[in-house]
Amino acid sequence: MRAADALMESLKAEGVEHIFGIPGGANLPTYDALVDADLDHIQVRHEQCGGHAAEGYAKASGRVGVAFATSGPGATNLVTAIADAVMDSVPTVFVTGQVRTELIGTDGFQEADILGSTLPFVKHSFQVTDPRHIPEYIHEAFHVASTGRPGPVLVDVPQDLSRADIEYEPRTDPVDLAGYKPSTEGNIKQIRIAAKALANASRPVFYTGGGVVNANASEELRELANSDQFPVTSTVMGLGSFPASHERWLGMLGMHGTRAANYAMDNADLIVAIGARFDDRITGKLSEFAPRAKFIHIDIDPAEISKNVPAHIPIVGDAKQVLPKLTREYRALQTDSGRLEAWWKQLRGWQQEYPLGYEASDSEIKPQFMIEAMHRATEGDAIITSDVGQHQMWAAQYYGFDKPRRWINSGGLGTMGFGLPSAIGAKVACPDEQVVCLAGDGSLIMTCQELATCVHHGIPVKIFLMNNGYMGMVRQWQELFWDRRYSAVEMGPSPDWVKLAEAFGATGMRAEDPADLEETMRKALEAEGPVLVDVRVSAEENCFPMIPAGAAARDMVG
Amino acid sequence: MGEPGTPELVKLEDLSVPGALTGRKHVLSILVENKPGVLARIAGLFARRGFNIDTLAVGPTDDPNISRITLTLDGAVHPIDQVTKQLHKLVNVLKIRDMEPEETIAREMALFKVTAAVENRAEIMQFAEIFRSKIVDVSRRTMTIEVTGSAEKVEAFERMIRPHGLVEMVRTGEIAIARGGD
Repeated sequence: MRAADALMESLKAEGVEHIFGIPGGANLPTYDALVDADLDHIQVRHEQCGGHAAEGYAKASGRVGVAFATSGPGATNLVTAIADAVMDSVPTVFVTGQVRTELIGTDGFQEADILGSTLPFVKHSFQVTDPRHIPEYIHEAFHVASTGRPGPVLVDVPQDLSRADIEYEPRTDPVDLAGYKPSTEGNIKQIRIAAKALANASRPVFYTGGGVVNANASEELRELANSDQFPVTSTVMGLGSFPASHERWLGMLGMHGTRAANYAMDNADLIVAIGARFDDRITGKLSEFAPRAKFIHIDIDPAEISKNVPAHIPIVGDAKQVLPKLTREYRALQTDSGRLEAWWKQLRGWQQEYPLGYEASDSEIKPQFMIEAMHRATEGDAIITSDVGQHQMWAAQYYGFDKPRRWINSGGLGTMGFGLPSAIGAKVACPDEQVVCLAGDGSLIMTCQELATCVHHGIPVKIFLMNNGYMGMVRQWQELFWDRRYSAVEMGPSPDWVKLAEAFGATGMRAEDPADLEETMRKALEAEGPVLVDVRVSAEENCFPMIPAGAAARDMVG
Repeated sequence: MGEPGTPELVKLEDLSVPGALTGRKHVLSILVENKPGVLARIAGLFARRGFNIDTLAVGPTDDPNISRITLTLDGAVHPIDQVTKQLHKLVNVLKIRDMEPEETIAREMALFKVTAAVENRAEIMQFAEIFRSKIVDVSRRTMTIEVTGSAEKVEAFERMIRPHGLVEMVRTGEIAIARGGD
């Protein structure tokens, strides 16, 4: 069998149904094999977006997302998506074409050392040097991408090798890599110590992250939190893993988190970090982060434990396996939950004193109002993908996610332009779900060519564009911390977004009046095919509250 | 306290974390798959995490599929635990051993080319003798001496020989093996 056909068979053996990508010279054999392969290929308009679509696919479904690109510029265009996937632990496999073996190292046409250039961003990578290895590498790539702490794996296939003839045998045997053995169970002695520390804590907080989503451990988290009156907060990556409508939800923490959540961290005596990595957007000034707390840190990746904040009780394992054990051990202690009453009094006090809020307006659409309208129009049950900036933080604050895998954004790398391509991926993965891309005007212009992909493949994503005419978050920083010296943040003569949508063959709508907004959104959701709604919001609204960069949680402003 | 059913609770004030820095030199002996790009993965990891390698030696093992990388780094500057955990994330890294100084034999080799006029040669040869090193090349103006031993011994030799006019020096970096039957 031709190696390129064996590549297709290998992908199917891993359960792949959808691939995002663009052909080119070096992956011609791959795309030729695709013709007969019975795989759904979504032809994106830029390789970066193929990568983000694969990420959106993976984040929405939990399955491995796959993207193809050719050699050279095709492959280097993928780099941002690969870096994004490693930061947010997204299970993805990227298959790049490479120039013919004899041209490697000669600066051949469309040659790029993609293996070398992605080394900092991959969980693992392979360059095929013998075509017979292709099935084995694909099998290993999916194993590495999807187990342990998930992440991106790159397989680079030289053009000549994918044309070679090989014996193909499906690989379904368990993968055994000597240097890769993730521990998932969690040390039971450590778990018991954690339960006993928790039983002795009077001001505990559960600080949860994207790891809970990745582990599909939302149920297990709720069980644990319900084993006592435990308060829960989450990072932007973890939103939805604990229901926002739960009475003990404190809201998101971190730079644009709620005061209740951040003050809880500041005053806690025991913080239970679950699948979270103490990013600077969470800790603020590290030396003043949670100064009264001891830390239990549960994570699948041992290298995250004590990387930024030393853990007193480290537990390496998969949240889905560790949390039920911790719940069981904690329940067995039969602790009196009355000890948490004083803590709750304090937490409720902060919640009442510092609720999220904004100044309402009848004349213009406030961005926060737009998120609330979006929540009502989607009945709080859409998959929301987001670009990066103010709109992302407002959505995180105001949408109120009750389920995991409903909030898809670029948290770690903070990639503007992520929203539309990841919405494409999410919609392909979950065709029966309502998928809304909450876009920023600064972000959407970076990847808006993917409207062509939506129209071409009939992918009915709805884009709600929060259009304030600025790169809003950067503008906010320039206003607050750089004496309002605006530098290159005005979007100037933006396109007419309605006409732009129509030019691509999609539907364009516009909303300017707060009274009509929800109705326009409903119309967009009900309309056939992809729709872009240009929502004109107040131009210079700031996203508050916030912890200024490098400040401590207790010094929140706004 | 890790046993089930024991009634006493863990007092939060009793919980502590060990310091991240050990304050001494560490020798890491790393077994890796002998595949293209493995050294680049390790070097790249050190570069992007800001870990500074003091010395690095790579060579084959008795198994042709496995190479050994021996590297030394300063535990006063780098949290060794974090370094080894990051290294373990590389799929091609099979085993890492943080060598115990008391239980380890570490050696490196160095070549010193020194200016050696005829009248100084006897003295240089005497130094070489004291350090149990070998003179491996002699020219009209220079001598080249091969020194094998611990890094400290090589450094001591360097201090002794430098005043005689050191032309050039090459060091391999340390390799290490555990003492005894282990």
